Amino acid sequence: MQPYTKHESIAALMNRSNVDTDQIIPKQFLKKVERSGFGVHLFHDWRYNDDGSDNAEFELNKPAFKGAKILVVGDNFGCGSSREHAPWAIADYGFNTIISTSYADIFYNNCFKNGILAIVVSQSQLDALMAEIAANEGVKFTVDLENRTVTTPAGNGFTFEIDPFRQGNLLSGLDDIGLTLKHVDEIDAYEVKHKQSYPWLWV
Amino acid sequence: MKKTMYEKIWDSHLVVDVEGQAPLIYVDRHLMHEVTSPQAFEGLKISGRKVRNPHSILATMDHCVPTKNRHLPIADPIAKKQIEVMADNCKENGLNLYDMKSHNNGVIHVVVPEHGFVHPGMVVVCGDSHTATHGAFGALAFGIGTSEVEHVMATQTLPQKKSKTMLVQVNGELSKYSTAKDIALAIIGKIGTAGGTGYVIEYAGDAIKKLSMEGRMTLCNMAIEAGARAGLVAPDEKTYEYLNGKEFAPKGDNWEKALAYWNSLPSDAGAEFDAVVTLDAADIAPQVSWGTSPEQVIGVNANVPAPESFDNEGKRKACESALAYMGLTANMPITDIKIDYVFIGSCTNGRIEDFRAAAEVAKGTKVANGVTAIAVPGSYHVKDQAEAEGLDKIFIDAGWEWRDPGCSMCLAMNGDELTKGQRCASTSNRNFEGRQGKGGRTHLVSPAMAAAAAAAGHFVDIRKL
Repeated sequence: MQPYTKHESIAALMNRSNVDTDQIIPKQFLKKVERSGFGVHLFHDWRYNDDGSDNAEFELNKPAFKGAKILVVGDNFGCGSSREHAPWAIADYGFNTIISTSYADIFYNNCFKNGILAIVVSQSQLDALMAEIAANEGVKFTVDLENRTVTTPAGNGFTFEIDPFRQGNLLSGLDDIGLTLKHVDEIDAYEVKHKQSYPWLWV
Repeated sequence: MKKTMYEKIWDSHLVVDVEGQAPLIYVDRHLMHEVTSPQAFEGLKISGRKVRNPHSILATMDHCVPTKNRHLPIADPIAKKQIEVMADNCKENGLNLYDMKSHNNGVIHVVVPEHGFVHPGMVVVCGDSHTATHGAFGALAFGIGTSEVEHVMATQTLPQKKSKTMLVQVNGELSKYSTAKDIALAIIGKIGTAGGTGYVIEYAGDAIKKLSMEGRMTLCNMAIEAGARAGLVAPDEKTYEYLNGKEFAPKGDNWEKALAYWNSLPSDAGAEFDAVVTLDAADIAPQVSWGTSPEQVIGVNANVPAPESFDNEGKRKACESALAYMGLTANMPITDIKIDYVFIGSCTNGRIEDFRAAAEVAKGTKVANGVTAIAVPGSYHVKDQAEAEGLDKIFIDAGWEWRDPGCSMCLAMNGDELTKGQRCASTSNRNFEGRQGKGGRTHLVSPAMAAAAAAAGHFVDIRKL
């Protein structure tokens, strides 16, 4: 995983709530056995016309949002299926930051495993960010994870909360499994005890 | 201290809890299917790690498998490869796999209980959001992403944040026409699809106690549709009776030891929950979803809501766009909605009880002109049982297709899908845009409601049949 560094980037706006993982990456693209190459299918059913051409009506197809790394979106983003193909597609498309009022549980976890910072803001903060982008499409925000700040040209910046463990892992790009395996002795000891307490699980 | 069932399971599975790190919890059972596992096996291989406890894993093939002409090679080359990769990965790592040709094959969340692989008090994970199903046994069961699948294979643990607890109390008695599915939908209608976010739900009350194990599985299955991490029902005599004698259930002395443990699991009287929601079962009419989110649901006797009936801007906008996508008019009666397709099956409603309920309604009817109706058992064992009871004949005589098991039209990955504009009465769990095929329109209902719609060509209030 790439370490997350401070960056200034275009913020794209999707003013939609309850965007589900079936929309983020429709099921016909889940048959691949690799992790890469999902970006081209991100939001497929909204993004492309039936003939495969770009749907000019779809938000992310606006020229002003080209190259955006920040996605500003409505509440309960990523609900539905657990498919990690959703954050794979988001990251592969080029986003490394999402800003919303709320995320579905599994999706939120999946983001951090893939170097995506999912920032939670209040409704009024989100409304201000959305208004700023709508008034000035192509506007760039600066995200500083170390100091937990987002700054914007119109002064809608804020400090955000994040679990220090997740923050540390994103900043260092550390592998979760490696971290857990530092505790392998404790896992071994737990298993010995577990076998004594629940012998029927081990036959 | 008085503890909830969730807190008891959490405490007994805590392996490491140190400052500055997410707590590590132990995983007893790991379920797998072909769609969310290949990249995890690849990661394991690249890092030179091994599966820590192969015996904790049970795998099946369900999402991509065809539900007819199983004897032929899979036509879709990418699906075929995914199936082959699954078989190779399981073989290489010594895992128990019910492959497409196995008589134990079926939808993972239907197959696992059939073999008694999940018991009360376990922590159970799967790269699938509907893992919540197994909460019906009083196990903490939840969906994970593929990175976490790899993590569990390598370490048998997961870093987890402790959830808040929500008690959903369903009092009173359900009418004979309403089912666990209707309870699940009514709860989501009440609290919304994000209402359970951050919580583990415990379902309790007379109406829940009276549900069969199959019904409890249907209910817990949809906990994720309310945004919850997991759903739980306290284990009781029904749970024990269901498990007793199954392949992976404890035997002999171990059965007695397990029973003693299981009996200690229910929440202590007076244990506090972070939130409490109460419903009266008698108020729950057979439900029909009208929109593109499971929270957009209403009783069959009601009308499609109008955007202006919602008190907040977000919900008004969501209603407008759902009505446009679904091709419905505000205020039209639900029973005026005509359908093109009916699907009975899935990890929500693909169990024997579901086919019995549907067959009872389908018996002696004919599928309406222009309607296609398919019945897809959740497993070969469900299929066998249904055939032994003659249910297949009832469906076939009524003009239904009787298929082989798989996820099928619940997520339409295997070629069973709607075409643009087609409308389906479906016993599955999600009515998202395009879920059953691009441009397809899904209405979530119970099996009996689906069977009644198949015969009439539109939704009907089964209480009036």
